[in-house]
This record gives sequence, C-alpha cells and structure tokens, in this order.
Amino acid sequence: MKLRVGIDIGSTTVKVVVLDPENKLLFRSYERHFSKTRERAAETLRSIREMLSGQEVHMVITGSAGLGVSKASGIDFVQEVYATAAAVQEYCPDTDAVIELGGEDAKIIFFGGALEERMNGSCAGGTGAFIDQMASLLDVTVGELNELSLRHEKIYPIASRCGVFAKSDIQPILNQGGRKEDLAASIFQAVVDQTVAGLTQGRELKGKIVFLGGPLHFLLGLRQRFVETLKLDSDHAIFPEDGDCFAAMGAALCSTDYAPRPFEECLKLLEESVDATGVLDVMPPLFACQEEYDAFLSRHNANHPPMADLASYTGDAWLGIDAGSTTTKMVLINPQGGILYNYYHSNLGNPVAIVQRQLGEIYAACGGRVTIKGAAVTGYGEELIKNAFQCDLGLVETMAHYKAAAHFNPNVDFIIDIGGQDMKCFKIRNGAVDSIMLNEACSSGCGSFIETFAKALGYDIAAFSKLGLFSPRPVNLGSRCTVFMNSSVKQAQKDGASVEDISAGLSISIVKNAVYKVIRAASADDLGRHIVVQGGTFLNDAVLRAFEQELDRNVIRPTIAGLMGAFGAALAARDMGLERSSLLSENALQSFSHFAKPATCGLCTNHCSLTVNQFDGGRRFISGNRCSRPLGKEKQELPDLTSYKYQKLRSMEGKGSGTGVRGRMGIPFGLNMYENLPFWYAFFTKLNFEVVLSPESSRKLYLKGQHTIPSDTVCYPAKLLHGHVEELVEMGVDAIWYPCMSYNYDEGIGDNHYNCPVVAYYPELLAANVPLLKETRFLLPYVGLYRRKDFEKRIAKLMEEEFSIPKKESAAAAEAAYAAYEVYKKELWAKGQEYVAYAREHRLPILVLAGRPYHIDPEINHGINDLITGQGFVLITEDAISHLEGYETRKVLNQWTFQSRMYNAARYVCTQPDMQLVQLVSFGCGTDAITADEVRSILEEGGKLYTQLKIDDINNLGAVKIRIRSLMAAMDERKAGTQ
Amino acid sequence: MAELVYDKTGRLLFTKEMRKEYTLLIPQMLPDHFAMLVSIFRSEGYKVDMLENTGRPVIDAGQKYVHNDACYPAILVIGQLINAVQSGKYDPHKVALVITQTGGGCRASNYIHLLRKALEKAGLDFIPVISVNLSGLESNPGFKVTLGLLRKVVYAIIYGDLIMNVANQVRPYELTPGAADDAVRACMDFLLRDMDNGKGMSFKSMEKNFERITSTFKAVPVSGEKKVRVGIVGEIYVKYAPLGNNNLADFLLSVGAEPVIPGLMDFIIFKVNNREVDVNIYGGKWIKERACHWFQNYLMKYQHAMINALKRSGFRAPGDFNELHGYIKGYLGDGNKMGEGWLLTAEMLELIHSGVPNIVCTQPFGCLPNHIVGKGMIRKIKDDYPWSNVVAIDYDPGATKINQENRIKLMLANARALQKEQDQQTSALQEEQEPASV
Repeated sequence: MKLRVGIDIGSTTVKVVVLDPENKLLFRSYERHFSKTRERAAETLRSIREMLSGQEVHMVITGSAGLGVSKASGIDFVQEVYATAAAVQEYCPDTDAVIELGGEDAKIIFFGGALEERMNGSCAGGTGAFIDQMASLLDVTVGELNELSLRHEKIYPIASRCGVFAKSDIQPILNQGGRKEDLAASIFQAVVDQTVAGLTQGRELKGKIVFLGGPLHFLLGLRQRFVETLKLDSDHAIFPEDGDCFAAMGAALCSTDYAPRPFEECLKLLEESVDATGVLDVMPPLFACQEEYDAFLSRHNANHPPMADLASYTGDAWLGIDAGSTTTKMVLINPQGGILYNYYHSNLGNPVAIVQRQLGEIYAACGGRVTIKGAAVTGYGEELIKNAFQCDLGLVETMAHYKAAAHFNPNVDFIIDIGGQDMKCFKIRNGAVDSIMLNEACSSGCGSFIETFAKALGYDIAAFSKLGLFSPRPVNLGSRCTVFMNSSVKQAQKDGASVEDISAGLSISIVKNAVYKVIRAASADDLGRHIVVQGGTFLNDAVLRAFEQELDRNVIRPTIAGLMGAFGAALAARDMGLERSSLLSENALQSFSHFAKPATCGLCTNHCSLTVNQFDGGRRFISGNRCSRPLGKEKQELPDLTSYKYQKLRSMEGKGSGTGVRGRMGIPFGLNMYENLPFWYAFFTKLNFEVVLSPESSRKLYLKGQHTIPSDTVCYPAKLLHGHVEELVEMGVDAIWYPCMSYNYDEGIGDNHYNCPVVAYYPELLAANVPLLKETRFLLPYVGLYRRKDFEKRIAKLMEEEFSIPKKESAAAAEAAYAAYEVYKKELWAKGQEYVAYAREHRLPILVLAGRPYHIDPEINHGINDLITGQGFVLITEDAISHLEGYETRKVLNQWTFQSRMYNAARYVCTQPDMQLVQLVSFGCGTDAITADEVRSILEEGGKLYTQLKIDDINNLGAVKIRIRSLMAAMDERKAGTQ
Repeated sequence: MAELVYDKTGRLLFTKEMRKEYTLLIPQMLPDHFAMLVSIFRSEGYKVDMLENTGRPVIDAGQKYVHNDACYPAILVIGQLINAVQSGKYDPHKVALVITQTGGGCRASNYIHLLRKALEKAGLDFIPVISVNLSGLESNPGFKVTLGLLRKVVYAIIYGDLIMNVANQVRPYELTPGAADDAVRACMDFLLRDMDNGKGMSFKSMEKNFERITSTFKAVPVSGEKKVRVGIVGEIYVKYAPLGNNNLADFLLSVGAEPVIPGLMDFIIFKVNNREVDVNIYGGKWIKERACHWFQNYLMKYQHAMINALKRSGFRAPGDFNELHGYIKGYLGDGNKMGEGWLLTAEMLELIHSGVPNIVCTQPFGCLPNHIVGKGMIRKIKDDYPWSNVVAIDYDPGATKINQENRIKLMLANARALQKEQDQQTSALQEEQEPASV
C-alpha cells in the first residue's frame, strides 16, 4: 500500500502527517503559517523529501484555509469535519461525540446513528483566535494564561457568545482589580459555554467524548473546564496524543479515495500553484502624496493647549486622571490649562499600580514648588482610582470629554471619542451633552482591535497604522464586528492584499463602523459643524484621515487627542475651586498598598460578583455591586414599578380561590407570560387548577436549558424559556400551559396588534427541541385573546376536549380571566400615578423604563432598576403610561402591541417636564431595530434625550451606568441652562 | 411635472399624473418571474424598470441609509433602490419606487417605512413609494391592483415557477454549457412576446405554453450522470435573490450539485391560506374565510396544471400546497404565519420526502421567524429523518463567502457519503433479491 499524506491547512496553522499502511504515524508536524499557507506546507513537505521521494503517494488537503490551496494546486480536497470524523472512527472507536477547537472555528461531531456535525456559524467567538485575543488583553502569553487558570479561585460569568462581548466583560473586572488567575479560568469557561451553547443545538453531549484541536491539545486549563462542565470522568473524556493533527490524519485516511501521484509531482503542484486571487474590493487611497499628508499634519498640529513647563513652574496645579478601559491617562495643568505633565500608557491590567507610580513621579517632579489643589478622575476605573487615591471628584466620561473639547472650540457641537475599547459620540446642544451614542458591545472595532491585529501580523500599533497612509488601494473590509472582520482580513490576504492595504482598510472600517453603526449618520450634517475628535485611536493619522474623507469635512483633532478625558477631568478639578485637595499626599503615597479579592454578594438574588479592594490603613472599596447593601448601607428604596410588577406577578401561583382538584398547571414564567399571567392565573384557578410557576430566572436556570437552544442568535429572554420549561417538568406538574399567540391584545394604539415572531411561536420551538417536554402534557394551542367572544367559545371547546370540563364552566372562567386582567391593568396604572405623585412631592426626577413586559425580570435586566433608583430616580414602566396617549400615525408600521406601548410612552414623556425615558433593548431583538429609531425621533422631536440600554446575558452594568450618569449630567446641565 | 400630493397622514401619493410621467423601479428578486411582471405592468400602461445593479455599492448604500440591525434583505432591497436613484441613470423627479409588503407580524412589513426613512435621509423624500400587498395597506390613486392585473400576475408567477423548475433540472446536466440558459431565454422570449400582445393569459393557452416550455427543455441534450441534489429553502429574499445569497445556486452547480428550489406560488398560496386560517383559529367573518378559500383553490388550479405539465413531460414534480401543508402535523400549527411561517418547514419536509434530504436553509442573520421555523425545526427533522442533511446558513453584509461555502461543502461531503451508502445498500439489496427471482 502506498503512503498517505494528509495536509490540514487551518486558519493559523498547517498540520502535515504521513501514515503507514497500518495507519500509524510516520511523520507529523504542527506549525503556524502566518498567512503563508502554501509556502509553509511546501516547506514541510520538502523537509520529509527523503521519506517520500520517488514514491507514489495519496495526498489530500483539508482545513478551512485549505480549499483555496487545493483549488490552485489541483491537489484533492476533503472537508475538514468529514476528515476528522474519519480519523476518530479509526483511532477512537465507540466515540459518541467530538469537540474540536481550532484557530478560528469550533466544531462538534456527533456519532452514533447517522453522523451529525456542527460548525460555528457567522456569530461565534470562543476559538483559538479568541483565546489569543484574551491573552493579549491580559498581557500574558497563551501559555501563561493556561498556567494562571490552573490557580483560579472563582469564575466570573463572561459572555460566551463572541469575543467582543467577552472583552467588554473582562475589561471592567480587570479595571476593578479582579485577579488574572480567575479571569483566565473564566475565559476558558466562556469558551466551554460558547461551544456547548452554540453547537449542541438540542442534542445532549454525553458518553465518550474526544477532544481535538490545538487549543485543547495545549491548554490544560481549558481541558479542565470542559471536563468539569460536562461532568466527565477519565474514561469518557479522551484527549488523544495527536489530537492537534486529527484532521490531517483523517485526510490521509480519506486519501485512498483519490488517485495517487508521484510525490515529486505533488510537491511541484504545490510549489508552482499561485494562490487564487479573488477580486479585491478596494477604495481610494488615504493620501495621494507626501505633500497632502504634510498639509494635513500641520493643520491638525495647530490645535494644542498652551505651552507649560513643569521644571520651571511654581504655583497651583490640578490633576486629571482618565482610567480608561485599556489605558490610563494622567494630566497636570496650570490655571490656564497649560499642560505641565502628561502620561499615557496601557494599564497592563492594573490601573492602580500605574497611577501609584505616576503620582509618585509627579510629586517628585513638582519638587515642592507646585501645589495640587484638586484632582478628578473619570473613565471605567473611576470609582476604584477615586477611592484608592482619594481624588476630589469623579465625573462621567462624557462630561470630561465635553469639558476638554470646549477648551479647544467653545462652539463644539459634536464630539466623537474612540478609545481602546469603547466609542463615545455625543452632540452638544445649548451647552449640554445631548444624545449620547456608545458603541454596543457587538459593533466594536475600536482601537484595541487594530492593536490586536497589528500584533498578530507582527507590528507595533504605531508602525502598523503608518503603513496604511500611502496604500494605493485600501481594501474594503466592511463595517461589522471583530469576528467578521477577522475573516474579512483573511479573505483579503488570500486575495492578495498587502499589509499596507489591510492597515488602511482597517482604519477605514473603524470609521465606517463609527459613522454608520454607532452614529448612524447619513451625512456630515447629521453630526454637526464643529466636530472635535479625540481618544487614542484618533492619534492614528490613518483613522483621522479616513474620518475626514468619509464625512467630507475637516474636523479638529487636538494634539492631546489621547489625553482629552484626563485633560477634561483636570479642568473640572480646577473649576471646583477647592482650597485643598484630598488627594493622597506624597507621604501617604509612600505607604500605599492595594490588594484585590473576589467575592460574591449573598444579600439578595442578584448575587453580584464583587471585587473587594483593600488599601493601606484598612480602607476598602467594593466594586461590582448594584445596590448599596454590600457597602453596609441600607438599600435605597425609591418607588420602583418594575419591582412592584414583578412581585405582583410572582404572587400569582397556587390555588387562588379554587380547590386545585383538577391538577397542577405549570406556567413558564417568561416572555409574554409577564403580560398574560394575570389572565391565565384567574382562568385556571377558577377552573380549580393549581397554578405552578416555574422558578425565578437565574443564570443557573439559563445554563440548565442552554443545551436545547437551536438558534444562538435569538434574544436572551427567549433562551431563558428552555430552562423554565425543564424546571416545570421536573417539578412534576400535570400539564404545562404555554399557548402560541400571533396576536396580542388590541389596545387601539397601533396599526395592528401582533406579537413578535419569537414571542408568538416560541412554544412550538420548545416542543421541537426540549426532549424533556415529551414527559409531560405540553399544551400549546393557538389562542387569540383579542376576540373575546370567539376566544370564549374556542377555549371552552379546547378545555372540554383536553380536560372534559363543561363548556359553561370554561366560559365563566374566561369571563373571570378578562376581569382579572382588567383589574391588574387598572392597578398598575394607579400605582404608576401614585409613584409619579410621590416623585413630584419629593421633587425627584422620573424615569420611564421602556421595554417589553418581560424586561422586568431581574435576570434579564440585571438589576438596572436598582441602579436607576440608586441614582435618585423614581422608576415607572412604559405600560403604566402608554394608555394616556391615543392612536397616532407613526413613520413605521406600528404593528406590535408591546412596541406600540413604547411609542405612546415616549409621546407622553414628551409632555412631562420631569420625565425621561430609557429604552431597554435585548440583543438580537429584531423589532427593536425598527422601534429604536422611532422612539428616538419621538423623544428628540419632543425635546427629550434618548438613551438606549442594550442587554444580554452579560452581567456587566458599566456601560449602563455611564449612560444613566450621562443622562443625569445632561439633565442637570439643561436645568442649569434654563435657569 | 407632476404635483406632489400627500394623503392626510402625510404620505406622498403616487398620482394618476405620475403614472404617465414616472418610471417605476422594482428591486430584483427572481430574475425570470420579475421580467414577466415588468412586461405585464408595461402592458397596463406603466413605465417600469427592474433593477439589475448589484455588488458592493448596493450594500454600501443600504448600510448607509438603513439601520444596520435591520434584516439583510431590507439593506439590500433599499440599497439597490437608492443606489439606482443616485446612479444618474434616472431623473430622480421622474421615478417611483415599488416595494412589497406582506402585512404579517415580521419585520418585513416595515421595509416600506425603512425605505421612506432612507429616502428622507438621502434627501430624496420627493420620490413616491408604492406598496404592493394583498392586505389592503396603503392605496395610491395612480396605482391600482385590479383583478385583471392580479390575474396576469398569477400567470407570471406560474410561468416563472415552471421555468425555474425545469431549468434547475436540466442545467446541471447540459452537454453544451449555456444550453439551459438559452432555453430559458427562448421560453422567456415567446412568453414575453405573447404577454406584450395580451396573449398566453388564459388557462388554455397557459397549458399550451407549459407544453412549449417543457418540450424546449426536453430538447436540451443532457448527460446521464448522477449528481447530488440540494434543496434551497429559507427567507424568501435570500432564498431566491442571487444578490442575497451570494449566488448560491451557481455555487452549488460549480461544485457538481443540482440545486432544487421550491417555487414562489406556494408562498402566495400560503399568504392567502393564512387569512382563512386566522378566521378558523381566532374567529372572524365567514365571508372572508370563503373568499380566501376560493382564491386558494383558484391558485391551486394553476399549480396543479404546472405539476401535471412537469409529470407529463417526465420532469420531477414538486408536491402541491396541500401536500406541503400535510407535512407539518406534529411540527407547527397552521397559525404559524409570520415570515415564511410553517411553509419553510413544510418545504424542507417535502424535499426530504421527495428524495432531496440535502438542504441549505438560508436566512438573514438574526431573522426572527426563522429562529422558529428554520433553525428551530432542524433538530426535530433530524430526529424524525436521521439521514436528513440540513445546513443553516446566515447571510449579512459582513458574513464572508468563504465561511458560507465551507459550511455548504461540509453538507455536500455528508451528502456524497450518504449517497454512497445508499447506492451500496441498493446494490446489496439487488444482489440479495436477484437469486430469489431466478
């Protein structure tokens, strides 16, 4: 038998194996290819020329990047999952499932019966590239990340959906002083959750499982997380010795299906093939010539603060610190705003240490001649730094940036700040911050993204971005999220784009992302006339140029674009006019110490992940909390309609006024049940059922049902339902009631009264995907509550068929149900009015949290209500005021009942000077792509601020807090402006 | 120039005057079907152009003017329209845009409003937008869907379905490259000529034309090799429009597979059927129910004629609407009607039953109804038909072709293995049976 050669060309590595007739490995190699796939493979083959020269061999290529090479060279190709399956059947018989992680993809293959394979879709992180990215975020190597993870004490919940989400979860934990050991393990756990959630799609992972691919081969910590999560013992978790080369081995096994060739011919084919180049989608260059660039530079370099020199300066000074997500910035200014000292550095995962060292240097340089009369801090790490060094003021980032921008152009009307991890844009109207736009986690593509990319290609960020300036044909990479961008870049490389073209393309895509995804502008006039750009990313000339080109107008970039947050904070400190600063003195700094420790708060069901920071002298700072209880203070109890509603609904279980003799009727507590429960509770208790609610939502409950979720991109509220129905089955109810409802109530305020497709038909999805439901009576009839008479007839018939209940009895129960729902609504409206009255009596601002009824679930909103009332608002919900406005034509088809309520609530808010509205949006909610713009335009036309909070399974409220605080600051300023 | 007239809600109307001066721009979805529609509209006295602009500029225009979280078809359709208006090919003051509206609970009913917002953003809000729908949404004095027009539209759809069906069965096997496309052109030529002359739009002449079409394709010389058949189902736009699905059918052909694409008529009947079902489930006027029932039967008469024509000429014929409907028992309720609703699942099941277990289920990224009726039903289909081989592919402006194609390749590798297994079983079975027959 001829020797068989398998070549697996993955996204980052090339694996080559040679098999002997007994299927034993004669040769194996595993090497990174740095995008030079064909060359790498050819080189490896040359290195084993001695073994194969002069023979005929079967050679086959596989792998995600192998297709192009195969096409160009004419060497046969097998799909990689197929190849892997072949290898597993040969080397690990009786396997039930394979989990394989590669550089950019994740796969599960199920054996037993027909082969079933799953690959990650277009929205997926949790792969080798993701781990690389996270390691560089923590500033460690992947090997070190592995080591760290083995010493973890706790695991933080980190979004498992895609790399960008995870990043925005990790950053705040880092900034708040979380341990790297715990983070490392949490990152691996996120990979595990991603794989299990994203790929099992309703099929259970059990039996003997084989783990393959580079990351699982090299990272013990990752293995550990998988084994623990899947509860496997050593007989059922198999890590084959050559697990990193299985696809190549499988390709070799499959190679006998194809004709053999002399080895020399194969090698020649590979060497001589030219990479198939597709058509590159290119854009005009950033700069045509050096002169153009010079003119551009001199225009921008003119925007600088007054000159100042610390060495010769004597007098007062103010300190501003911007503890950003990836970098720490510090600025010391004189009374004119002249910069005496500045600092800009990656915070290396520990901003406290950085500030401590710099503050020491500042004191040394001041040499007693300079008095720091005030210190202010802003940014993600604001609270931690403020507490650690006892700064005088903490201010929300948006305010800091406005202060700084106004210093350069008092007429500034639009500010855009692109930092390492976040993007902030806001308009200035009448001297107040207005309509803040932050990048949602999924539309990232900020500075740190270019940096990661530069590193991956072996450049430092400055050199990399310079490369793009004179690229003759920047490649169009689109304006989507990082995960997509990765593959766009790969494709561009394959199509022959140079590093220069890619560098320029990345800069342009960042700008497009900002303009079209975050700001959603159609033209430059949408932004403003006096645009100030700032943030470290704009120090990159390529990005700045792309921005000006895209908007077709000149903007102002101060020379200190990267320091604007800190500069603004310093100006704010100056404007406080303090006599003395409380900042740690030079002496106190000497004895400063800091130690961070993770903890979980047990004071309520939120179970906040806390970080307890201990400083010298017994000072403590706790972060990660949503309310003030872990700080030892009483929870502030301002009226909060979401809690009221939640408690009211949770109380609707049991037998009510009935006997419960007809059995236990389970109702999943999720989605539209948050609206319909009062109805069904009355209906079933009247019929003498005992109503059993599924338990309160929690992360644990989500994870319980996670393995049966078929569509990874559906919204979190829907995903939770899987856990709810499983719980109900286990509670041993006699039946589960969860009807399908295309139509909602007709409240007369819209053009139609649908539910969204997910709410309407999720019961059918559950029936098809949750095996456990076969063990119970799952009732999911189509019902329409909006036609009362028809409903009464139809439900009576159904109850007769299902439970032999006399029709009359059901009709009476239906009547009671309608009445109960009416009572519930009236009570809710009255309660809302009561809270509004309370707010007015106590002169408190009122915030309307507008979302869907199910957004009051604390697991869905992550305690945003506590955060809002904690900031001094009285909180009411959209459904408490939507009836106060009637029907009005909208610019969209107003066809969903829940969404119609938001439009009406927004209209009502516009008529109330002391009300603001915040829209809650679940990730993946397609209808909100439509409602968001409409609610925004209603509010803005009514002179109100629009704030949107996007929520997912992520527990991080950092971004939410910025928005709420910015909203408050803007309200305050508006108030000050009108007075 | 025609005066701009608004209705009382402030909507810009398409007036009778505009009908004379303006050109209607129609976004592309199904090339052959839509070409005939254009012809029909012309014969009704409208000036009409079907848009053929594609590529990055279309996507860019869409992303610039449409909320980027809106579905991909919205971005493409609106991008195509705006890109065309801005191309300089037309006088922007002499065009009106046409867009369909289903009126269902899915986001798609809002495309028209997203289009109007986009026009406003682009400073083109003087361009009237015409909604084509069966729900009685938005009327225009200059554009009326008369019964006569509706009848003609039915012909265009059924001719289009037949041509698509036979072309897909012939193209993979043609001995002369391009022969099937030539046959398509030949059929389109005589159909369009007929339509321009007001012919071919009676039941009888339709049946004759069916014969002409099938015999034109029968005449194309083909090879007898066996190819893997792959069904394409999904959200209606990305299922059909090459712009939406990165030329999926061509890709399947290029890798040696035969694409099988269910026709448009089922979707139309489905939307009519929904109205009848609504009355059954929730209550409503019996007259509406009867009217819908009648209309459904009317449409099915045409569908049956097409199926018969296929059968008579020896082509594979799809099941009719009732057969599709029968398959969803135990999967979805009749009331699941948003987007493609139960029809999408039914199409997958029909394909499996008719010997096409390999299916690409296409959807725009984050498509709401497809969470349920597409991805949500694959698990159960797999349980019930273990040999079924369905791959779900997401489409959006950022998704790369390479990723999509790799996943389809995996499905094909499975399909080939499956075919091999089946062939072996069949031959083993034959061997077993042969001695017995001796």
